[in-house]
Amino acid sequence: MQITDIIAAQARYARCIDTDQLEAWPGFFTEDCLYRITTAENHRLGYAAGIIWADSRGMLEDRVAALREANIYERHSYRHILGLPLLEDEGPEGVRSETPFLVARIMRDGATDLFATGRYLDLWRADEAGAPKLAERIVVCDSSRTDTLLALPL
Amino acid sequence: MPDHNLPETALPHGLTAPPEVPWPEGLTRVPYWVFQREDVAALEQTHVFRGETWNYLCLEAEIAKPGDYRATTLGGVPILAVRDHDGEIYAFENRCVHRGALIALEDFGHAREFTCVYHAWSYDLQGNLKGVAFKDGINGQGGMPECFRMSEHSPRKLRTAVVHGLVFASASDTVPPIEEYLGDEIMERIDRVLGGREVEVIGRFTQELPNNWKLYVENVRDSYHASLLHLFFTTFELNRLNMKGGLIVSESGGNHVSYSAIDREAEAKAKAANDYAAQNIRSESDYRLKDPSVLEGQDEFGDGVTLQILSVFPGFVLQQIQNALAIRQVVPRGVGRTDLHWTYIGFKDDTPELRKMRLKQGNLVGPAGYVSMEDGCVGGFVQRGVVGASDRHAVLEMGGADASSTRTRATEASVRGFWKAYRECTGL
Repeated sequence: MQITDIIAAQARYARCIDTDQLEAWPGFFTEDCLYRITTAENHRLGYAAGIIWADSRGMLEDRVAALREANIYERHSYRHILGLPLLEDEGPEGVRSETPFLVARIMRDGATDLFATGRYLDLWRADEAGAPKLAERIVVCDSSRTDTLLALPL
Repeated sequence: MPDHNLPETALPHGLTAPPEVPWPEGLTRVPYWVFQREDVAALEQTHVFRGETWNYLCLEAEIAKPGDYRATTLGGVPILAVRDHDGEIYAFENRCVHRGALIALEDFGHAREFTCVYHAWSYDLQGNLKGVAFKDGINGQGGMPECFRMSEHSPRKLRTAVVHGLVFASASDTVPPIEEYLGDEIMERIDRVLGGREVEVIGRFTQELPNNWKLYVENVRDSYHASLLHLFFTTFELNRLNMKGGLIVSESGGNHVSYSAIDREAEAKAKAANDYAAQNIRSESDYRLKDPSVLEGQDEFGDGVTLQILSVFPGFVLQQIQNALAIRQVVPRGVGRTDLHWTYIGFKDDTPELRKMRLKQGNLVGPAGYVSMEDGCVGGFVQRGVVGASDRHAVLEMGGADASSTRTRATEASVRGFWKAYRECTGL
């Protein structure tokens, strides 16, 4: 797995969410993935709970279905700006990377705010075709605060 | 120039201008000005949060060892909750008596004493002033006057009480003891979840709500909205018709429990009639969870109760949604802003399976919760909706006009209960 493959996967991931292609979002993960949104404080203290906590691709698909069909929230979108991924050496589990992000939230009335900053702590594994998939993505938000609600994934 | 010889105006005490409309008698109307006015917010600080109430500060487990402290708030007032070496918990304002600076700057930690950074005045773990830098001056010059007594100065201290590991505090010397304030039924329901257990924090999140704090605490007590606003369970056909439930409202009105449980008798009958599937679910949608393990919770309290939402006036919530347990602390941050502090908990003796279920079912609650994310925005919808309607009021007639316990949750009895306690406290 090359760093360029991971950069490309990151870019596609951000575009997927920002262009409202949420149905494709679980496809970035392995079947038995771990996806968790937490905060820097929780991460530092080793608290295991998440704002979102999913340990299967099925749970991510359920999250999308709930957002589409069940949950009620005001229409909004995100703009992800990703920093450069910092790659660690490839281990038996896969490749670990750390990528800073900044997400603006654009509400239906046009109000745009900085919604979240943080870093993705990722574990990438190549699928059968050699494409990098997320076996793990821990989204560590810098702030301990969430404005109003978190509907769309980060 | 104001004429000080005139008697106090006929304004309800604490208000700086007459209310847009009088508050109608009874509990079924709530004027919208109560969510909009600065003077009401100021009145609440003195008469609700620092009035005849008990306010949640933190978990006993968060200040387990002598010297452990947490910085928290009582209404808007910064407070330190501290465990001293006598094993007792003390709470006092996080405010130096010298010039008013915060004494502690961290959210939590461990201390032998507290020293204000501004001029190094120091306090013991009970909030007593113990040291004044350069008290006797330098080389006989300066220093505090002879008559200055450290014992005459300390930040205001609060009464504290611990209920099954929950630390409450009151600024009032006359508020009844916590057990009386909560009432037997509320005490029992706290005991049901926390009694005899060793709590462990598993996560802590803050949700900023774009609305007055009372719109959130109304929402918590509003059992009527649950199946209407939160569509997660119905969409995925997870509603069970054979559920029973009810609502407990304390004598004061301010505290409540809303609960639902599996009705084992109905369930057994349905099974016997071999129409379990037909009885069990509504079949209005085509959606199914891909990974239904999120709902394979354990009956950890052994009573079939799958949901218990408990509130204590003014701003405390204890939540059990299946195995997702959490404390919510509601803190006003001005007329139209509220901080909702979530503390997700488990118990020290959780099996790995149960702990994992708590993490999974954490998806139901919090800022991204399947059955709670709507509560984060609906208060804002009201706050924005009532702009220009301060002379109008909300209608709270579902389930009658009183604020008493009932077997149905299709009622606004506990919302009316909140307003009963609120009006008692504020005199509005």
